[in-house]
Amino acid sequence: MVQDCCACGDNIMILACSGGSNVGQLSNQAAVELTQEGCGKMYCLAGIGGQLKGFVQSARDVPMIAAIDGCSVGCAKAILKNAGVDDYRYFVLTDLGIEKNKNLSLNAEELRKVKDAVRATCAGQAAPGAAGIPTVKGGCCG
Amino acid sequence: MDIKVLGPGCSKCQQTEKIVKEAVAESGVSATVEKVTDTLKIAEYGVFGTPSVVIDGEVKSVGKIPTKEDVKKWIKK
Repeated sequence: MVQDCCACGDNIMILACSGGSNVGQLSNQAAVELTQEGCGKMYCLAGIGGQLKGFVQSARDVPMIAAIDGCSVGCAKAILKNAGVDDYRYFVLTDLGIEKNKNLSLNAEELRKVKDAVRATCAGQAAPGAAGIPTVKGGCCG
Repeated sequence: MDIKVLGPGCSKCQQTEKIVKEAVAESGVSATVEKVTDTLKIAEYGVFGTPSVVIDGEVKSVGKIPTKEDVKKWIKK
């Protein structure tokens, strides 16, 4: 969970619904790959949903959240509402034109579309040099 | 009162520890302040980043330096 102290890229918390459909699993895989590419850091939505204090307080204190829901049921959105968090960037994969189904074999083109959408919205908040992130706002350890 | 400052040891973590100790001293509250630097122990609190402040097991702030006023409110009985 905790990596380097005050590391760059840690200012974006990525929360994926990780649900049991293609769009749920696309949200999860996008969060994994964006984290690996330095564009934010995936975090445990389940911990927030379980109202574990460290997780809830983290969601309240982090500078920026990218919440990714697979569909309009909005599980991630509901969890954040219950946690008292209302300021975040929000993505619904079916709104990106991805059709929901029960096929858990992910489509590479759809995955790219999700990652591009998150990157475009979060540009300027992640680490310099991260894939697709040309600029950085603010700094690291002072 | 048990206060823990979570952080491997960067300047922000050190500054947080200093603020917490000053707040405790100025408030006259009986408390122990422990700096937790072990990343595995920090991870047990589920925090997204450091510095973090935990008071009697409750996470009060994550990933930022709290103000002394905030700390005084947290430790006020």
